Amino acid sequence: MELICPAGTPAAFREAVDAGADVVYCGFRDETNARNFPGLNFSREELRTAIAYAKQRKVMTFVAINTFMRAGQETLWHQAVDDAVALGADAVILADFGLMAYTVERHPQQRLHVSVQASASNADAVRFLVEAFAAKRVVLPRTLTIADIARLAKQIDCEIEVFAFGGLCVMAEGRCSLSSYATGKSPNMNGVCSPASHVRYRQDGRELVSELGDYTINRFPAGEAAGYPTLCKGRFDIADERGYAFEDPVSLDVMDHIDALRSAGVSALKIEGRQRGKAYVAEVVSVMRRALTAGAAERPALVSRLKALSEGQKTTTGAYEKRWR
Amino acid sequence: MSLPLAITAPLSFVPIIAIESVVQRVFTRVIETHPGLFDRLADHANKRYAFLPSDLPIGFLVEPAVPRISVHRKERAPASDACMEGELVLLLALLEGRVDGDAVFFSRDLTVSGDMEAMLALRNALDDCEIDLPRDLARMSGPFAPLVRRATEEIRERALGRVVKEEAPQWN
Repeated sequence: MELICPAGTPAAFREAVDAGADVVYCGFRDETNARNFPGLNFSREELRTAIAYAKQRKVMTFVAINTFMRAGQETLWHQAVDDAVALGADAVILADFGLMAYTVERHPQQRLHVSVQASASNADAVRFLVEAFAAKRVVLPRTLTIADIARLAKQIDCEIEVFAFGGLCVMAEGRCSLSSYATGKSPNMNGVCSPASHVRYRQDGRELVSELGDYTINRFPAGEAAGYPTLCKGRFDIADERGYAFEDPVSLDVMDHIDALRSAGVSALKIEGRQRGKAYVAEVVSVMRRALTAGAAERPALVSRLKALSEGQKTTTGAYEKRWR
Repeated sequence: MSLPLAITAPLSFVPIIAIESVVQRVFTRVIETHPGLFDRLADHANKRYAFLPSDLPIGFLVEPAVPRISVHRKERAPASDACMEGELVLLLALLEGRVDGDAVFFSRDLTVSGDMEAMLALRNALDDCEIDLPRDLARMSGPFAPLVRRATEEIRERALGRVVKEEAPQWN
């Protein structure tokens, strides 16, 4: 299986390559990708240099252009695809059907992958994307069990990539409007979930309070591990209880299930975290690379080192082994 | 790792102007070595960033647009747009991109407040710059460069608890 690794800056890109990535994925410094955070991402020239660095080391580069185009502003997204192709991206990762159509018409030789943001989670949806846009790979939403993935793999004619480690979204990828509701900006259209411009942290006595817009997201008592200031990870008062209404602040980690994922037909494992620093990239990529070649008995000790890098310092296997009620 | 009292206590008595003189020299050297350091800040270069080491009686204010760093007693710290607090070793490790900012925030070792957009931009700018303080300090040290570099690298490894072991991740 390929190891697909994140990079938010050229320095992180080099760390990923040197730490053992098969592929590094990244985005342009604008609204065309779902990690449009201040100071993050690549200029065209930086991407050109990064791709050259990767190619010299036989590592591929995928460019995420995975937000949805706004009517009247399509040029920004079209230009991003044109530039990614011209710069030599090995694949573009797209979510918007209109942008997929543009890409297959203008650049029929360009390898096209379906972003997790497209939320293609059943055989009909994936088949449509393969037939209509010649998609070569689908990044599955983090909503399926391993058994679901194995069933799906038998019904589709394209490669499957799944998230294996890192941040975990609420189960409506590409459709989530929580951030839009609170701030007017969305991960799907503007590339920002919980935009930093709307985030505030303050101390209230011994509690750390995180706020998004007008909403209090969480109050962390002294000593409790903190999480991201996203509504989906918020702790709310519901009836007589206080708790996590959507999901806990934890990170995904399915490295204990590598063999099962391989058997299910998965071609590539993806590490989430383009917004993270190069220290995260170096450590996670090197550990995952070793875990992929290690025996099943050795993996838990290797991967346990990553817990300290996880949101809330806790991990979960998420939907992959969820027993739905 | 908190700094020992033997190091931190005297800082309460050393004149600020003397500390600032040394800090400003290091800051200038870092800027010269990494001229693109603040490029990623865009408009956030006009903000004022406070860094408050929790184990020191002093704090630092960075104004990228000038560019300037100033040193202040904590009780007389000037207003800032964004502020980061943590042990000095941690702040220096973040400066060099040797620890992940999100991870030390999750663990509550790092506290951030104020303008998060500005702070995030600065974090990403620093992370991309590959600052190496032992190397940069050594370049300021003339004939003592090798000695300074070895000594500061040793201090850094011990401070970070990252004495290189076979199992440790390799830095590039």
